[in-house]
Amino acid sequence: MPDERLAVRKTYKLFIGGAFPRSESGRSYPVHGPRTGPRGGGERGGGLLAFAAQASRKDARDAVKAARGAFGGWSGATAYNRGQVLYRVAEMLEGRAAQFTAEVAAAEGVSQAAARTQVGAAIDRWVWYAGWPDKVAQVAGAPNQVAGPYLNVSTPEPTGVVAILAPAAPSLLGLVSVLAPVIATGNTAVLVASQDHPLPAITLAEVLATSDVPGGVVNILTGDQAELAPVLAGHMDVDAIDLTGAGPDRAVVLERLAAGNLKRAFRVDEDWSADPGTRRLLLLLEIKTVWHPAGS
Amino acid sequence: MKQGTPALEDIADWGYAPAPQATDVVRIAPENGLFIGGEFGPAADGRQFATVNPATEEPLAQVAEAGQADVDRAVAAAAAAYEQVWRPMPGRERAKYLYRIARVIQERAREFAVLESLDNGKPIRESRDADVPLAAAHFFYYAGWADKLEYAGLGPAPQPLGVAGQVIPWNFPLLMAAWKLAPALAAGNTCVLKPAETTPLTALLLAEVCQQAGLPPGVVNVLTGDGAAGAALVAHPGVRKVAFTGSTEVGKEIAAAVAGTGKKLTLELGGKAANIVFDDAPVDQAVEGIVGGIFFNQGHVCCAGSRLLVQESVAEPVLDRLRRRVATLRLGDPLDKNTDVGAINSRAQLDKIRELSDSGQQEGAERWSPPCELPERGFWFPPTIFTGVSQSHRIAREEIFGPVLSVLTFRTPEEAVAKANNTPYGLSAGIWTDKGSRILWMAKRLRAGVVWANTFNKFDPASPFGGYRESGYGREGGRHGLAAYLDA
Repeated sequence: MPDERLAVRKTYKLFIGGAFPRSESGRSYPVHGPRTGPRGGGERGGGLLAFAAQASRKDARDAVKAARGAFGGWSGATAYNRGQVLYRVAEMLEGRAAQFTAEVAAAEGVSQAAARTQVGAAIDRWVWYAGWPDKVAQVAGAPNQVAGPYLNVSTPEPTGVVAILAPAAPSLLGLVSVLAPVIATGNTAVLVASQDHPLPAITLAEVLATSDVPGGVVNILTGDQAELAPVLAGHMDVDAIDLTGAGPDRAVVLERLAAGNLKRAFRVDEDWSADPGTRRLLLLLEIKTVWHPAGS
Repeated sequence: MKQGTPALEDIADWGYAPAPQATDVVRIAPENGLFIGGEFGPAADGRQFATVNPATEEPLAQVAEAGQADVDRAVAAAAAAYEQVWRPMPGRERAKYLYRIARVIQERAREFAVLESLDNGKPIRESRDADVPLAAAHFFYYAGWADKLEYAGLGPAPQPLGVAGQVIPWNFPLLMAAWKLAPALAAGNTCVLKPAETTPLTALLLAEVCQQAGLPPGVVNVLTGDGAAGAALVAHPGVRKVAFTGSTEVGKEIAAAVAGTGKKLTLELGGKAANIVFDDAPVDQAVEGIVGGIFFNQGHVCCAGSRLLVQESVAEPVLDRLRRRVATLRLGDPLDKNTDVGAINSRAQLDKIRELSDSGQQEGAERWSPPCELPERGFWFPPTIFTGVSQSHRIAREEIFGPVLSVLTFRTPEEAVAKANNTPYGLSAGIWTDKGSRILWMAKRLRAGVVWANTFNKFDPASPFGGYRESGYGREGGRHGLAAYLDA
């Protein structure tokens, strides 16, 4: 109808160091919705949703550098502060629920109602993790009763820079489920969004950018996982890699690359709608044990 | 002064008289078999190798060399014992076996200590007072977990993993065997243990202890052999858990080898620990900590304080006192009760220490050792301190695994942290200062799994041990060490 306003479309870019650059390579790729109709079945080839930036190896390295730069401040922040920041993200997510619902529905080809349910679950999951930063040490740490006059305490600490290959689906709940535990425990992240469903990830980046998450704590790359993942798995300044979003065959290759600097590498298959438990939280912690003599 | 008693100044020689530990408590069989399915027997292909006393270069015994067929047989025995006996057994029964093992180790403690010093070259004072009692304590600690797994905070019903393949180093042969076996067995796994090629004897004696404790056949199997046997064990499809203590280089190979197999892996690898001394540290205690940190066990310690970071303002007095103290260390016969520094474990290790020390000199660091007579036979290296070391020197970056200390200086706590963390390793660190707030500030920033403040090289079965970064992953000791052997 001629009186309807022509929409202004959004350009989806990368999220590195708190900024939204295009790929330094200048590349982008078209993101399609699923094919509708009887042969749909989640296959790509539906209408064009948008173009996403196609990150290069250099973008991945830049993202690692940004994550490393942010690690000292984020891991050194008080747990209470990290919890506050994460809760603020949940507030921002809630405010954008309608937008996420539309994006999830378009990306996955599911109904508005199903998309709304997923978005609600994603926000609730973020809130669950927002409560963890100041509790995880009480669960994963311990005073140790050694046979001698010493104070001996074990405390969990963040592993460092964590690369994440996000699962393709559910496009927002899966993303939140792998990202939130990483930063809740004080790690910083370089996340490779699902190649097919990158748009909710970039919208999540916009949420993070307008919350109080310091730049570089979360970095999000869109593009070809096959191109980006080996760079991250082999990067000597990445401390851990979550291979959940990689297929089993690629995951084995990446795990071998990760052995080059003994990255903590794992791939957890899970039911995203179930209670996540503490597994992912505890995978990204190092236990530090401090001794001190007791004496008068 | 009474007549006939020499005046103090007239005594020329204040040396110690020899105080040898009797070795007749130990009987070493000339030939030693593999321990598979509760029985000792030769390798399938009959191969053997000699284990040598590093203090004399005399062979101690012939030991069976496990090959692929033996690995297959041991894993099969462990799998059968897991399914039929150990896994179905109530935790309280497993606990009692572990308590028995702890007690027999205590009963035979001196025998273990002598055998360890003979095979490894470490001073009897250390094997007697550290290795053996800690090994018994480890079994005692984990025995108590066997019937309490559901209360360990690892979920309501944590499950064992199956057969654990465990490969251990030569620096603390019995203690490392205990660190591996005790938590694995408590959690309900069965084990195939591969001791280091140069130090197989105490693991075999421990196998005998398992027999004496009545441990069901196949629950613990011991395969002596070289790196190939270890690699075959790690790669065996019947193994569901791999635990390795050793070099970072081999640890990386193992991590790559088990990729995609779903085997649970823990690695305890190398280190290049910083021992950091501030200007307000109690100097005498700090010097004792520095000496113990690097010269304990000839520096064959993955968590050794091999980099001394001393605050510039006190560097000279600390180093003066350190040199004086090091000059009093007694190097020699490991079986002498007064010996502080024993033999280097092998010719290969001695060559490596020499090569790295020579590189220190070539790269411009200043080398110092006390006047120290080395025995003619055997593998020996004097306590050595390098000053004028820069961070780029190999002796500041690479693990030497010998009695060699690299000294660097710093001005501010920030600089100390930056230098301490400037390594791919992250196993341990030491802090010496009288200022409590600084200890806590430093401890939080040091990227290392164990931080000793105003102490060093302390170990306890209740205390988790393990590294950050390229020092490996997983913990041994404590509740965290138990988690490494459970699917939780």
